[in-house]
Amino acid sequence: MALSTRSNFAKPDDAFRAVVEAHRGLSDEQSTDLDAALVLILANHIGDIDVLREAIALAQRRMAEASQQQQQQQQ
Amino acid sequence: MAQSGFQSKAQFGYRRHADQDRAAGSISEYPVVVVGAGPVGLSLAIDLAQRGQGVVLLDDADRIGEGSRAICFSKRSLEYWDRLGIGSRMVDKGVVWSVGKIFHGASQLYQFDLLPEQGHKRPAFINLQQFHAEAYLVDRVQELAGVDLRWRNKVIGLEQRNDHAILTVETPDGPYRIGANYVVACDGARSLLRQLAGAEFAGKVFEDKFLIADVRMTAEFPTERWFWFDPPFHAGRSALLHKQPDDIWRIDLQLNPDADPVAEKLPENVRPRIARMLGHEQFDFEWISLYKFQCRRMDKFIHGRVIFAGDAAHQVSPFGARGANSGLEDAENLAWKLDRVLRKASPATLLESYHVERSAAADENIRESTRSTDFMAPRTRQEARLRKAVLSLARETEFGQRMVNGGRLSVPSIYDSPLSTPDRDTWRGGPRPGASMLDAPVTTPAGEPAFLTDAFIKCGTRFTLLEFSNGAAVDPPDGVGLIRVGGEGDFSDSAGLVAVRYDAEPGSAYLLRPDGYVAARFRHPTRTGLDAALARAAGNN
Repeated sequence: MALSTRSNFAKPDDAFRAVVEAHRGLSDEQSTDLDAALVLILANHIGDIDVLREAIALAQRRMAEASQQQQQQQQ
Repeated sequence: MAQSGFQSKAQFGYRRHADQDRAAGSISEYPVVVVGAGPVGLSLAIDLAQRGQGVVLLDDADRIGEGSRAICFSKRSLEYWDRLGIGSRMVDKGVVWSVGKIFHGASQLYQFDLLPEQGHKRPAFINLQQFHAEAYLVDRVQELAGVDLRWRNKVIGLEQRNDHAILTVETPDGPYRIGANYVVACDGARSLLRQLAGAEFAGKVFEDKFLIADVRMTAEFPTERWFWFDPPFHAGRSALLHKQPDDIWRIDLQLNPDADPVAEKLPENVRPRIARMLGHEQFDFEWISLYKFQCRRMDKFIHGRVIFAGDAAHQVSPFGARGANSGLEDAENLAWKLDRVLRKASPATLLESYHVERSAAADENIRESTRSTDFMAPRTRQEARLRKAVLSLARETEFGQRMVNGGRLSVPSIYDSPLSTPDRDTWRGGPRPGASMLDAPVTTPAGEPAFLTDAFIKCGTRFTLLEFSNGAAVDPPDGVGLIRVGGEGDFSDSAGLVAVRYDAEPGSAYLLRPDGYVAARFRHPTRTGLDAALARAAGNN
């Protein structure tokens, strides 16, 4: 199975909102704790190491490009 | 206690050997010289001697060292020691266990059973002080004419020749030289042979220090492996408690990387911490030691005529009992190959498969034990946070429990090996080629209860065909043992477990190597197919 990057939620805003609201009122430290648990729970639910690796690679790629763009804007 | 100075568990005498009186031009030559009389060297020497080889076994000390050191011996190691004639002695003395408990803080997170099924001759693990194991191995060596064990014989020089090696050996009477077709270096993590072969190697050093203590007390703890993350008696670190024979308990405490090794080892500093762990003061110290460890392996386990085994070839972190047990797997892997090469039944290239199989096993052991160590001692804040998440999820979820890594305990490796014949038939279970044979209860043709591992030993611990009856029976090739299950006058599958564990149908057959690994398997074996698989497994193709 390959990582699905199509939109899977009927209402994507609900999903985004659910995560955002889970972080409301938390300190950065608490938020990172929450994310750590969430990542592990979701990774286990997916249960496919190749999909997990693809997801990590996608996140890393976007992070790298985003920080590059940020640097260019600052110059 | 270690810091009170020298203490030995058994002392052996140095004896001058006639080889030491030989003129420089006429040194003695032996088929195999094994260097290092630890568990690996002793086991290898016994195995080779049982196969009919004459072995010289050299050790630089004249005693068995103190302290429990390697304490967990795996089912696989016990099965190997059964073949060497000392399995029962080890198990009778050892503490049998298979249940482990993991604690976080003051409460239990979960427990596991390493051998939940019945019908195996040997338990998942025994705990036994390394010095007991070594003493029993030495006793066994002394029963065998084929092993010439020389204490206080320290190898200080190595010359590699085309078809042999020459060792210079230092003794209390001065040095002498000795020749060997093959030298097997089982001389431990600080192997001198490795230096002499110019094969030093780098690896990953873990900065965390661990304190181990053997504590004597009579206590009613269950015989289980108890592992704590962040226990109340040792905040922020990990701890391990294990029962050994003789009312001795083994305690491993993780220390801070910046801990002062001298101060930490002082009994007055260790005592209060352990008193908090045990909840009382009624104990005495037998041995205290502090260690750091490395994870690394040699690029090549064979250098000319010198073959490396055990800690000399690879080192792992101690969590997972993968040190001594993997060294014993090296010995069982090497012994039969070396024997065949020495009797010219196989070409010397068969030895390369020792490197292929055991270096892959070392990689696996290093990977597993490194992951355990990283889990116990997270390197970054985010790593610590992820671990915290796992530990807290483990209270409620099965997946969290399975992610908690307090040591993944040693199981036999599965080899992707040039000696294996790939499956052609369809199998839904059973050990695949490259995997270790599985034990199961049987009834012998004489009607006695036994185990499949016993039957394998009775066959001579050589290439053996395990065949399930009521197919078209194939006679095994010359020199190959036969265990036939299920027919008239055969072994019977009394509990029905052999068929299950081997996914057997009438006529199915497994070709086992002399180390008990599966070389090939067939639904309907033919003599041609067997001959080809045998040639391949013996390196003769």
